[in-house]
Amino acid sequence: MSVREPAKNQPKEFKFSSENLKKAKAIIAKYPDGRQASATMPLLDLAQRQNEGWVSIAAMNAIAEMLEIPYIKVYEVASFYTMYNIKPVGTNLVQVCRTTPCWLRGSEDILNTCKKKLGIDVGETTKDNKFTLVEVECLGACVNAPVVQINDDFFEDLTPQTTEKLLSDLSAGKKVKIGTQIKRTNSAPVGELTTLKEVPKSKGKSKKSA
Amino acid sequence: MLKDQDRIFTNIYGHEGADLKSAKARGDWDGTKKLMQKGQDVIIEEVKASDLRGRGGAGFSTGMKWSFMPKESKNGKPSYLVINADESEPGTCKDRDILRHEPHKLVEGALLASFAIRARACYIYIRGEFYNEAVALQKAIDEAYDDGLIGKNACGSGYDLDVYLHRGAGAYICGEETALLESLEGKKGQPRLKPPFPAGAGLYGCPTTVNNVETIAVVPTILRRGAKWFAALGRPKNTGTKLFCISGHVENPCNVEEEMGITLRELIEKHAGGVRGGWDNLLAVIPGGSSVPLIPKSICDTIHMDFDSLRAVKSGLGTAAVIVMDKSTDVVRAIERLSHFYMHESCGQCTPCREGTGWMWRVMKRLVKGDATVSEIDDLLEVTTQVEGHTICALGDAAAWPIQGLIRHFRPEIERRIKEFSGKRNAA
Repeated sequence: MSVREPAKNQPKEFKFSSENLKKAKAIIAKYPDGRQASATMPLLDLAQRQNEGWVSIAAMNAIAEMLEIPYIKVYEVASFYTMYNIKPVGTNLVQVCRTTPCWLRGSEDILNTCKKKLGIDVGETTKDNKFTLVEVECLGACVNAPVVQINDDFFEDLTPQTTEKLLSDLSAGKKVKIGTQIKRTNSAPVGELTTLKEVPKSKGKSKKSA
Repeated sequence: MLKDQDRIFTNIYGHEGADLKSAKARGDWDGTKKLMQKGQDVIIEEVKASDLRGRGGAGFSTGMKWSFMPKESKNGKPSYLVINADESEPGTCKDRDILRHEPHKLVEGALLASFAIRARACYIYIRGEFYNEAVALQKAIDEAYDDGLIGKNACGSGYDLDVYLHRGAGAYICGEETALLESLEGKKGQPRLKPPFPAGAGLYGCPTTVNNVETIAVVPTILRRGAKWFAALGRPKNTGTKLFCISGHVENPCNVEEEMGITLRELIEKHAGGVRGGWDNLLAVIPGGSSVPLIPKSICDTIHMDFDSLRAVKSGLGTAAVIVMDKSTDVVRAIERLSHFYMHESCGQCTPCREGTGWMWRVMKRLVKGDATVSEIDDLLEVTTQVEGHTICALGDAAAWPIQGLIRHFRPEIERRIKEFSGKRNAA
């Protein structure tokens, strides 16, 4: 189990922006009448995006009131799921995958590169608040290992060199290429394809005749 | 090797667009209304006849699962289809490619499966980390609504279906079907006791079928090309094609769709460029995602990749995520990493798992260094059997099996480390 504590310094108030309030209503409408508690997770995500990447207790309370459910129900969900940050994080949340498939392909070197480049340890945030470094379990992009997720994006097939460049570029506010950092197409093997070589561009008809 | 014309996922690598027009050009949404006009029971029978087994890991017969759903609503309760896109089993990244490159196969499958089980709505639960994949899938859902393929009078069939996407938030356990339902209801993802099974009381207490992404996405092609075509591929009771994820110490890690029952060696050598340093440099393979026991090279030499062949060697096909380890691997450490994973992902509900996963990891951490006694290997094995089968869900089993596999096949290596460590300590 991962046990996490909320931040000590909590802002007193939280209010959804008018744009997010509209989004929240659309989210609640996805679930049957009387089942609005189902919207807890998407609303926590919405609040986190509005609140610089973390959810305060005031935000959890606002969600509970909006959904007419007990506060504790929202606290439980926010603390159970590791993607809800219940403490402030840097602008870039650097999540290095540590699980076996990434480890076999050098995730420890990637983690050490991040530590050295950013000058922080796991769980810490840089002084300029640009980066928070964490280790995470399997991100689900194992054939493109090693993988790092930064905010919403995956960076794949990393080396210490490409990791360092990626962090430099992000720090300088440059645009970065998401996905694989080497010459390959997504999860296809490097080099020549081993399958799907003879498939015509549109193959609907050949499928039916077979 | 599987012929290209028998591959279902022709855009698995994303060489073409994932949009509706490109999907239709690839044959998706072709005559969907006609397929529906065959009727619910014919569809279920066809899926049964194809011998399709669930692609999420357990390998249960899909047609059979569907047949458990009520044909008529009891007490006015609706039925639901829930699609499990919470792909988090270490080594597995196949559903991700369906979600981002072949989302229309999934949405069309969602319509056909929902229709067959008489569902009122379909929820797709996608892992939270897959943000860009969720965007791609939502786009496909929106396109399908706009084109009249789903929603009111879907495909002109007279059947109404709403499809909703729900994002998770980083809990592996939500891939367990009842934890997923809890999560979808807005709670902590803690598994439910079974029975009742979801087909009796699932989402909001209503009859529910939970299927994996790949399972649902192959259904339209099975119905179009026929159960006979699908069942002719692979081996008896292990039919069809399967997406394999080949990761770890191979020359070219990749995802690939192959025939069920292909030999492991052919899979690795044909598609992943072979084991790093050649086949003889192979140490062991975890053949079906982290939850299944590893198999040493001697078994890898001849094993077929299907449910029953792998079960016969006390492992499993699982999600068909092949994690390859060459001779340079610290195999104890590789499994120790997995023990850490299960400790981190235990939901904390059942004591044997909550306490056991932490205990097992701490012992594994010492075994990596050899800082233990030989009798502790037996203690560890004993504890794995006390966790296994004594928890509400299979996470306890999944935490126990990799360690059991390690001890079964690599006990001499663990003992060697213990001797070496105690030798050093005595010398000091």
